[in-house]
Amino acid sequence: MTVDADGAVTAAPNSASLDGPAESGPELIQLLTPEGERVEHPDYPLELTADEVKALYRDLVMVRRIDTEAIALQRQGELGIWASLLGQEAAQVGSGRALGPRDMAFPTYREHGVAWCRGVDPMKLFELFRGVSHGGWDPAEHNFHLYTIVIGAQTLHATGYAMGIQRDGLVGEDGEAVIVYFGDGATSQGDVNEAFVWASVFNAPVVFFCQNNQWAISEPLERQSRIPLYQRARGFGFPGYRVDGNDVFACLAVTRRAMQAARDGQGPTLIEAFTYRMGAHTTTDDPTRYRLATELEAWKLKDPVERVKAYLVRTGAAGAAFFASIDEEAARVGKQVREACLTMPDPEPMEIFRNVYSEPSALLAAEREQFAAYLDSFVTEEAAR
Amino acid sequence: MTVLTLSKALNEGLRKALEDDPKVLIMGEDVGKLGGVFRVTDGLQKDFGEARVVDTPLAESGIVGTAVGLALRGYRPVCEIQFDGFVFPAFDQIVSQLAKHRLRSLGHVSMPVVIRVPCGGGIGAVEHHSESPEAYFAHTPGLRVVACSGPADAYTMIQQSIRSDDPVIFFEPKRRYWDKAEVDTAAGLDGALPLTAARTVVEGTDVTVLAYGPLVRTCVEAAVAAREDGRQLDVIDLRSLSPLDLATITASVRRTGRCVVVHEAPVTGGLGAEIAARITEECFYQLEAPVMRVGAFSTPYPPSRLEEHYLPDLDRVLDAVDRTYAF
Repeated sequence: MTVDADGAVTAAPNSASLDGPAESGPELIQLLTPEGERVEHPDYPLELTADEVKALYRDLVMVRRIDTEAIALQRQGELGIWASLLGQEAAQVGSGRALGPRDMAFPTYREHGVAWCRGVDPMKLFELFRGVSHGGWDPAEHNFHLYTIVIGAQTLHATGYAMGIQRDGLVGEDGEAVIVYFGDGATSQGDVNEAFVWASVFNAPVVFFCQNNQWAISEPLERQSRIPLYQRARGFGFPGYRVDGNDVFACLAVTRRAMQAARDGQGPTLIEAFTYRMGAHTTTDDPTRYRLATELEAWKLKDPVERVKAYLVRTGAAGAAFFASIDEEAARVGKQVREACLTMPDPEPMEIFRNVYSEPSALLAAEREQFAAYLDSFVTEEAAR
Repeated sequence: MTVLTLSKALNEGLRKALEDDPKVLIMGEDVGKLGGVFRVTDGLQKDFGEARVVDTPLAESGIVGTAVGLALRGYRPVCEIQFDGFVFPAFDQIVSQLAKHRLRSLGHVSMPVVIRVPCGGGIGAVEHHSESPEAYFAHTPGLRVVACSGPADAYTMIQQSIRSDDPVIFFEPKRRYWDKAEVDTAAGLDGALPLTAARTVVEGTDVTVLAYGPLVRTCVEAAVAAREDGRQLDVIDLRSLSPLDLATITASVRRTGRCVVVHEAPVTGGLGAEIAARITEECFYQLEAPVMRVGAFSTPYPPSRLEEHYLPDLDRVLDAVDRTYAF
């Protein structure tokens, strides 16, 4: 791999263009091996204190635990559906922790780990998957936008938001930037390609963070692309990088650098976090119909949480007491979200008519009144009995 | 009072909005140096700069999708879709994103975005340049849909739309861009008719005629012709297609007992169907005849050499008026 003056990446010859994307090799940026060994990379010097690594480990464990609880709650009928992040914790925590408080994040519907990093109450996510709201949080509160379910649509929102930052004069010193999440499947969407064009020609301060988890429901990456996804950026005129998406250090370092470049006015970057969706697409999916168990077993060896644990043990930065305390906290967080979910009230029926327009609507007022009277008629009938 | 074309009135309204609020942006294909293919944004980039009047890449979903993002950042984008038939690539961003952000955020987020769409036929254009797609948008909760018919309304309605905290689909009758009328550019918006209100343009007692956009003028001409037959048409310019000003509509129909709805779009599933249903529910005992619809056939827009047969005209309106007397 070579990097030219503009920061654009040129893949090494014999890159995976015809053979399918390589899972390793010179183009994959990795700072921590699956065995928990630290690797140095000339472009990404990363100095982390033991406490900082422990904090990352805690994040990884907590978001996995919340995810596990959510799957269980769905199985018990308490959530309508859940999109699991299992396997993608490092990509989300690494990139999420690379953001400054004034940066803005635009998620898909699977970014529970980023939500955690931004300080969003997991219950807000559960509300969506339980069917209590379509999200409902204030994006400005944690600079974390609402989950977007239509694939790729949010890449344009993020780019427009970044254009707003430019117009606010907040690119350059003390600048702000935007990160937008999407998956490998989304790279086939027109909106994503349009966002690339917009961001490029307007030099917008936006980082495109693609979690390539190898599967778009049942369709493998080969159905979306003949070239490694990060190489797409070059055609649009901005740099693209492939990072080990199961390596929280690498995701942190690469995202940090790309965000800083965006804040400084160097425009967009595409980051392809090469990872794996270890679970189903959502709780309604059955991956055994389209992929081999051996593939999952191979990826289990690259587990994003285990490698940080191995690193902490290997370096002597943490011992049994630390891991026990994290496990204890995870159990406590799990219990909290479980109880909060089980006691979550349904919205009132009249909520249907709220938040459609900024001003009162005569039509909605009439429909609301009719519906209220209709509901009241049952109460009256019951009372009359 | 100044005499302006509809196109120039929109231009002046946009200029006023840009002056009044630094957050207002204009974005679209060819809206900058060229001033738009219909010159509606003529001179605005020169006066307000490239950051506020933005020549965008050629992709409609991108225009609307980035406008959503700019609105999230506190801006008030006014998007131009160059022709009606090109709004469809932006359909998801309009219907699934723009229209739904308020509810998705439980009111935390507003989407003050205007999407200007030159609409309708009658200019001898090629395919996709003569469409009337308003019903798709009127069917979508969360959107406001309006249509101006003349210069004076164009001037105020575009400013009101930009001030709205809801997304507004703003239809402009392209074959009327060069119609001229007096516009009071000195008047503010405070005394203006609300954006949601219909306007009675000809008063009459015999038949209510409802129209909007390019066919308001046609219906006014029909009212003049009908007078010779001794029939007084009550012509209402709907202006707001969503929400509908049902109070004005039903008040008229209760007086006249007869109603004809006129639009360029196909009648099947069109706005006329919705209006007819509402009138039937509200004015059943006052009706002397079924509500008649005058619109396009349930066919795609034909090649332009046939459009005079396809588009409703004065005679088609009068024929429908006649038919309301056959019951």
